[in-house]
Order: sequence, then structure tokens, then C-alpha cells
Amino acid sequence: MSTQTTTEIPEAAAVPPPGAAPAKKVPQGHRRLLTRRDRLTLGLMATLPTILHVALVWVTALASIALAFTTWNGIGFDSIQWVGLQNFKELFTNNPQFWPAVEHNVIWFVALILVPTPLGLFLAVQLDKKIRFSRVYQTAFFLPVVMSMAVIGFVWQLVYNPDTGLINSIIGANKPGHYIDWIGDPDLNLWAVLVAASWRHTGYMMILYLAGLKGVDPSLREASALDGAGEWQTFKNVIFPTLRPTNTIVLVVTIIEALRCFDLVYVFNGGAQGTELLSILVTSNIIGESSRIGYGSAIAVVLLLISLVVIIPYLVSTFRKERRA
Amino acid sequence: MHLSPSGLSVPGPSRRTLLRGVGGAAALGAGIPLLSACGGSGTAADPKTVTLGSKASDPVPKKAFADIYAAYKKKSGITVDVNTKDSNTFQEQINSYLQGTPDDVFTWFAGYRMQFFAAKGLATPIDDVWKTIGGNFPEAMHKLSKGEDGKYYFVPLYTYPWAIFYRKSVFKQYGYEVPTTWDEFIALCKQMQKDKLVPIAFGDKDAWPALGTFDQINFRKNGYDFHVDLMAGKASWTDAKVRAVFDLWTEILPYHQDGAVGRTWQDAAQTLVSKKAGMYLLGTFVAQQFTNKADLEDLDFFAFPEIDPSYGQDTVEAPTDGFMMSKSPKNKSGSVKLLEYLGSPAAEEIYLKSDPSVVAASTKADTSSYSPLQKKAYEMISGAKSLTQFMDRDSRPDFTSTVMQPALQKFIRNPKGVDSLLSSIERQKKTIFASS
Repeated sequence: MSTQTTTEIPEAAAVPPPGAAPAKKVPQGHRRLLTRRDRLTLGLMATLPTILHVALVWVTALASIALAFTTWNGIGFDSIQWVGLQNFKELFTNNPQFWPAVEHNVIWFVALILVPTPLGLFLAVQLDKKIRFSRVYQTAFFLPVVMSMAVIGFVWQLVYNPDTGLINSIIGANKPGHYIDWIGDPDLNLWAVLVAASWRHTGYMMILYLAGLKGVDPSLREASALDGAGEWQTFKNVIFPTLRPTNTIVLVVTIIEALRCFDLVYVFNGGAQGTELLSILVTSNIIGESSRIGYGSAIAVVLLLISLVVIIPYLVSTFRKERRA
Repeated sequence: MHLSPSGLSVPGPSRRTLLRGVGGAAALGAGIPLLSACGGSGTAADPKTVTLGSKASDPVPKKAFADIYAAYKKKSGITVDVNTKDSNTFQEQINSYLQGTPDDVFTWFAGYRMQFFAAKGLATPIDDVWKTIGGNFPEAMHKLSKGEDGKYYFVPLYTYPWAIFYRKSVFKQYGYEVPTTWDEFIALCKQMQKDKLVPIAFGDKDAWPALGTFDQINFRKNGYDFHVDLMAGKASWTDAKVRAVFDLWTEILPYHQDGAVGRTWQDAAQTLVSKKAGMYLLGTFVAQQFTNKADLEDLDFFAFPEIDPSYGQDTVEAPTDGFMMSKSPKNKSGSVKLLEYLGSPAAEEIYLKSDPSVVAASTKADTSSYSPLQKKAYEMISGAKSLTQFMDRDSRPDFTSTVMQPALQKFIRNPKGVDSLLSSIERQKKTIFASS
């Protein structure tokens, strides 16, 4: 990789001279604004990210889509075999983990929208009232967001441990016959892990809403107070509608969180029955000794399609609104 | 950077550069087939150095291996340049590692996991090494070291058996006898339950321990040959014989510790340490959890009870670790010499001095310093008619990790839907084994 990038730099450096030629036709004032060095810097700033973006995002994504129609064990390029739609057929009809995984990804999203998001909004509104120790509370609620998901998974896995975990020890559910298997029971473990995810997500939402609330014009509050609106009415009719841009960000962030959730569950129980997720299926099929790269790529493509279905309508509506404005 | 007064207008090179950038990226894209060459050995063919890729990252085995290489250097003057990686990472990257610039010699497992890479041409056959070391090993080890083509590819170093572990003091206290048949085993489980013990400790959070239980019941019930066929994808999972295994398993499942899917094997072992559980089926590495010396001396084990008298207890599950030579070693003659040494009883004795949880693969190695547990393990393995490696070493790792592990976790949670579970396994098995 490194050799590729270094050979790229001289080429980028060679860009400015040809760029300088048309610049002569541009009015004088313009020419003075950009020195040769500026152009070089700008050129580099544009080239390097583009190269990295194309190589790391587009090339890999397209390669992954192409591989989804093949079977490949990762040993030598000549062992790639074209199999058409067979991976997808296998996935949709034969894989006992696939549909539960799709379902869990959806539940994940719905749960994050229903619980931690309103909770984060609530906390943000309270903290926005300039109560005492506001900073301390802010820090406390935001702290989980700073921690890596893997660490959160590890910590909660200790809390839920059936034998020595905090919960079972307190409620006495760690004796034979009374076990509550928070980690392994497929009826419980998704909710258990969602508590951990919500714990982190609440802080995240709180910060987003807090930033949104700080941007609300104080005169709006004054005006509604003068009009005799109560606190709840002010919030419902005045403040919340002005938070619209924040709400869209929150929605997008939550969708992304729901689709990419991986590390927390992977550490928590490795995606055992009840907590299967698409991202975990991709990993367990691709990483390993005799990897099923084609099959894993097919799952990744499904994940990509789901993301597109969610993201494209959002982008279309945003652009439409911008154009109208 | 000067900020232009006109704010956003940054004209000139940007578009052109962008196009160049795209061109450059295309060039880079063409160079992408850089399947990470994670072999670390930069030194060129130096006749006095052999490079060795090791997965022994835990402190105890790491030191044990280092002692062997030090002794080898003293003996032959050849330096072993070790490149140790985290054992999980090593296993996950083995594919790209062997295709890139692997070390001359690398640590690996016997069984299907070895044969797979041998068949792909990623290892060098070492028949010449076995001409020298062949006499050191019992017949079962010869069989384990051969690829599908009948050539040798592997030098075994140590091995350890899977068995049912128990506390001698607990058995004495309640007057239990070691069960040798299935009926005795069931009766013992019932008795333990009456005595308020967890009959069989069990933790399957890591998803592999259940594979071991299946292996034991299967080769006791259906014999070694059927087990091998099933693992190799030849026999069918919907066969009535497999169904019978799950029926037997369902019979003992109620005597297993509750909530197994949420428990690690270490936590399950702790219930044996604290004498809350009566028995535990695992490899001898369970001894690692017995940190108190008196507890360790109290630990004992017996072979999984007989189910079908025509097979008795003739098969032992004994995963074996050792060494292989990569496809084009830089120092081949040095590697051959090193492997010859690694296959000698002397090397095994050095290893066991530092890691007493396993036994030597060679029958020539000195057993006088063995602990009683090691002696028993050694007798069990050397007395076996056939040796198996463990499901994830005897079968395709992709099959065991993506199909069997979740399927068996499901079975443990709910033993009722066996038939649909087995037909699902069989369907998925067909696709996986059909791909090369």
C-alpha cells in the first residue's frame, strides 16, 4: 500500500503546471489568490482523499458485490468460481440464521428509536434548564458514548453472567433450577443486549438534542411564555418543531447504528441464537481458516441493499427540499 | 493556506486534479491484489537460520517452545527465528499467511485442518523427515500426520485427551463408582441429582464445547469409521444413526448444568473446582482452572462410558498440535533438520517440562516426570485403537463454525426439534462440501 501512495505523490505534484495554463485566461485578481504552492496543497488535498475513497470504498464495495455471485475459499484467484444467484438462493432458503438476523436488525432499530431516543431528548431538555451540576450530569450520561462498543459488551457481559453476574447474584437466580440465562436464552438475550446498547445510545442522543436545543432562539421561549403557554405546551408546539434538523440527524444516526451494530454483540455472546445479526453473519462466514468469501459477500450485499433502501429515500427528500428552498 | 477573500471560490486545479486522482486510484485499484502478506520473515536464505511462524502466544506454551528452539541452537548451531502471533489471529489469517510469504516452518494442528492446506499445495511433503523420526511415533500418529495423498505433512509434538473429569474426594464422599457403561452413567447422574450436585458441568458460550459432547456420543454409539465419514461430509446427517446420537444426548441433557449457552467453559470448570458439580467433559486443559495444588491433585478423569459394546471405549479424542513446512521454504535443508529435531523425544521432553498440561506425541519420550494425570492421559492415548482430533479439526472449519456450532447451541436450548435441525444441517452441509 505505502509504495502505491508514494508513487502517487509526484504525479499529483506534477498537476499544477498544466492547471496554470488555463488560469492565464482568468482575470488577474484570481491568479494572485492562488500561488503555485496553494495549488499543490489543494491538489494533494483533493487527490489523496479521492484515491483513498475510491480504493477503500468503491473498489472494495464493487469487489464485494462481484464476489457475492461467486464461490471462493480465499486461496488463489483461480479458485474463484462463478455461481450466479446460488449464494442468495442458499441464503434465503437454507440458512437458519439469516431471517432471524434481518429481524433482529429491524428490532434493534425500532428499539433504539422507541426507548433511548425519547429518553435522550428528555435528559437533554432537563439539562438545558441550567440546573445545578448540569456539566456533571452531562459528562456522566455521555461517558458510555466515549467507551468503545467492545468494552461495553465486555462490561455488560459481566453484569449478565449467569453464575457470577451482578443481576443474577442480586435476584438469586444463579442456583440450579432457577437460572436466568441472560446471555444464552434466545427469548432474553436480544433484550439484554439492547439494554446495553440503549444505555450508550441515550447519551449519544442526549448530546445531539442538547446541541439542537442550544440553537433554539431564546426569544421563541419568551414569546410563548408571554402568550401564556405552559412548559409542556411550549415544548410541544414551539421547541420540538424547531428541532426538526436535529431529528433528521438522530434518525440517520440511529439507522446507521442499527445496521452496523456488531462489536457489542460479538463480544457479548458472539451472535448466538437470539442475537444473530447480519454483520455478525458476514464476519463469521468471511473471517476464518477456510473462509466462505462468496457467501459472506452475499450477506454483505443484502446488508448494503437494506441500507440503500433506507438511505436513498432520505437523500431524495432532503435534496428535493433543498432545491425547493 | 491563504483564505481567499472571496470565501468559497477555490478554482483552478481542483477538477483536473480530481480526474487525475481518479486515474491514479484506478491504477491503485489494479494493484489491489495485495492479499496481506503477513509473514514477517524478511531475512533471505541464510543457511544458519530457519524462520518459524508460531501461534503459541500464551506465556506458558511460548516459553516451552522457546526452550526447544534454544536447545536446538545449542545442538546444531542453527538459529530458529520465531515470529509469534496471537493464536486466534494466527488461525484466522492462516489462509493469507500461507499464500503470502510464510515462514519456513509453522505451528499447526493435525487432522483435516492440516490435510486441507496440504491438498491446496500450501505445504511441503516431508516424507524424508519421517524416514528419520517414524520410529518415534505410534501408528495412530503416523495416520494423523498424513495428507489425503498419503504423504506426510506434519510433525506432531504434543497431544491431550478429552475425558470426563471428576473430583476423587467427591466420589469418595458419596461413594460413587466410575461408570463404564451408559446405564451406569445415567444411574450416577440420577444419584448426583439426588445428592444436590449438578451431575454434569457444562458451558457452551464459546460454542465449541458442545462439539466435544457430540463427538464422544457419536463414536461410542456409531464407531470411529462412521464418525470419520460423517465429519468428512460423506455420511448423511439425516441418517438414523445420527438421530440416535441426539436421542442419547437428549437423555443426558437434563443432567447438564442449566443455562449452558451463556456460560464460558472456565465458569463451568469453576463449579467442578468448588465441588458443586460432579463431572465435566472437557480436554485436560481443564486443569488450568485448578490453581490450588491440593485441588489439582484431587482431579481425576475417566473415559466416556461405553454405549455400543462392539466399539467399547476404543476411540479417544486427542487433539494433536505440531509443525508443518510451508510451500517453498527459503532454507529447506535447515527446515528438514529442524523438523527432525522437533520430532525427537528430546524436543518433546523439553516442551513438557514447561507445559505439564499435555503429553508427548512420541512413545519414546520419557514419562517418568509425568504427573499422575499426565500418566493416565498418556496411557489412555497410547491404548487407543483410533484417535480423533475434535470436530472442528476433523471436519471443514467453515462447516463446524457456521453450521454446527449454532445448530448444537440450538439443540442444547431446545432438544425437541432434532429432525428439522438435522435436515437443515444436512442441506447446509451439502452446499459447503460441494464447494472446493
